[in-house]
Amino acid sequence: MAVVFEKPKALADIPLHYCPGCPHGIIHRLVAEVIDELGIEGKTIGVAPVGCAVMAYDYFNCDMIEAAHGRAPATATGIKRSRPENIVFTYQGDGDLASIGMAETVHSAARNENITVIFVNNAIYGMTGGQMAPTSLPGQVTQTSPYGRDVNHCGWPIKVCEMLATLEGPEYITRVAVNNVKNVKNAKKAIKKAFENQIADKGFSLVEVVSACPTNWGMTPQKALEWVESDMLPYYPIGVYKDRSAAKEEK
Amino acid sequence: MAERVLMKGNEAIAEAAIRAGCRHYFGYPITPQTEIAAYMAKKMPKIGGVFLQAESEIASINMVYGAAAAGVRVMTSSSSPGISLKAEGLSYIAGSDVPALVVNVQRGGPGLGGIQPSQSDYFQATKGGGHGDYRMIVLAPASVQEMASLTIKGFNLADKYLMTSMILADGTIGQMMEPISFEDAEIETYEKPWALTGTEGKRKHNVVNSLYLKPDQLEVKNFERYERYKVVEENEPMWEEYMMEDAEYCVVAFGIASRVAKNAVAAARAEGIKVGLIRPITLWPFPKKALAAAADKVKGFISVELNMGQMIEDIKLYTQCKRPVALCCRCGGMIPSPDEVLESIRKAQKGEF
Repeated sequence: MAVVFEKPKALADIPLHYCPGCPHGIIHRLVAEVIDELGIEGKTIGVAPVGCAVMAYDYFNCDMIEAAHGRAPATATGIKRSRPENIVFTYQGDGDLASIGMAETVHSAARNENITVIFVNNAIYGMTGGQMAPTSLPGQVTQTSPYGRDVNHCGWPIKVCEMLATLEGPEYITRVAVNNVKNVKNAKKAIKKAFENQIADKGFSLVEVVSACPTNWGMTPQKALEWVESDMLPYYPIGVYKDRSAAKEEK
Repeated sequence: MAERVLMKGNEAIAEAAIRAGCRHYFGYPITPQTEIAAYMAKKMPKIGGVFLQAESEIASINMVYGAAAAGVRVMTSSSSPGISLKAEGLSYIAGSDVPALVVNVQRGGPGLGGIQPSQSDYFQATKGGGHGDYRMIVLAPASVQEMASLTIKGFNLADKYLMTSMILADGTIGQMMEPISFEDAEIETYEKPWALTGTEGKRKHNVVNSLYLKPDQLEVKNFERYERYKVVEENEPMWEEYMMEDAEYCVVAFGIASRVAKNAVAAARAEGIKVGLIRPITLWPFPKKALAAAADKVKGFISVELNMGQMIEDIKLYTQCKRPVALCCRCGGMIPSPDEVLESIRKAQKGEF
């Protein structure tokens, strides 16, 4: 019988721990498919974050390291500078990348560190049970913003792509989403480009994946994906925020 | 005769690291260790190495973590407030069992403290600093020669035992110049089958990790690590004894304080006081046996330290408080004169501890 659908080889054949309806599984799969298609599993080294994806080191079949909270880009820098011939990626959430690890994010982008960063933005701290994230929307109810995020009290959510795009350093900064089939397909294209950039020595590529957290948003998976469309994407628009090589070609 | 060169302590560390095969340095500026970074910035690009100034101490130690996991000899250097920031990474490096060399050219604290020499990070270096059960090999140079030789030794030990070696120096030795030789340096190399190199499709993936959510697994990991630490404690203590053969009193001092203490011991001998010196070279593992043996023959100890009295606790612990221990200390960047130490020795002889 013909096999019409199977797990990417770069993904281990074990059950993921993610909640039902969580898009992390989709995003893991996209990264793994890209690793398969580029034939780079044998030389790829992944950096897992602290957060929901903390155990990603068990899910990817390539060599993996578990970084301290927010420090994945620094740890990835140490690896890439030691083994420039390897492909190094980080997989981080919004608390990890945009709060505690903001300095590491900004400076690895500024250095145009030749690494690939997969940034999953679901506007909440998932692993610790639903606290306000640096990307939680104005008015968003979380465990630590029970009356809704008051921007006068705790500030505005951070638009990471827009901010990083102001830097001279990075090669490729883009935002995608995984709330429908079309967006998932486009997300994969962006992730593939982010890895291809590294292979071509072009430098720092970050793909922000707007995701959902049904469990901590208190929604059904279906409703959560609708909320991505109605509330998240207007604040975090999909698009390419910086693509140095493409900009050069246009000139 | 071995060729000798005149070098600053900090530069001796940097040159020794390069000779030990270190080609990766990640750091952040702080006084008084600046010369290490400056030396690396100049040399590394010329020998195919990497010098990278990180955005923070935290980033630099996590770069060290990544490079160590990738299997290369790697180091960072800092001074006291910067080491506090690195504590997070030190804990992760310990929990992941990867080797690294970290230099602390100590300055006075707490807080921003000062920029003058100090030994007030003894507790931080020997008792933890970061969270969790872990140890670091702590090497305390007392000369520019030892800045070099202990750096090379530190790399060897780190690779051998898969842990961090810390050079616990101070601003004085960092800044002073002495003639040194590199010729007797022994560079050891170790296989690193655990390193992140890419599987090349030939083996199961390597994972460098400090997370164990199952308590029984985490406990076993800690047990295994402490078995390794036991071997270090058995095999690696280093110390120097000076005029201890017939000593009735024992001064204990490390690093720059030991040089002042040595002068005071010689002066006390000239006065007819039978006093000697034990200088721990490894602060962890602490030279327990030397102290225990001394406790069986001397009448008392004098701990000379550039802090408010930190090593004195280990002296009491490892002599099981068999003899009284006096404290002769200065802190904040102040250094005791040989006369101050001599006075402490005289007092000890009179039974004043």
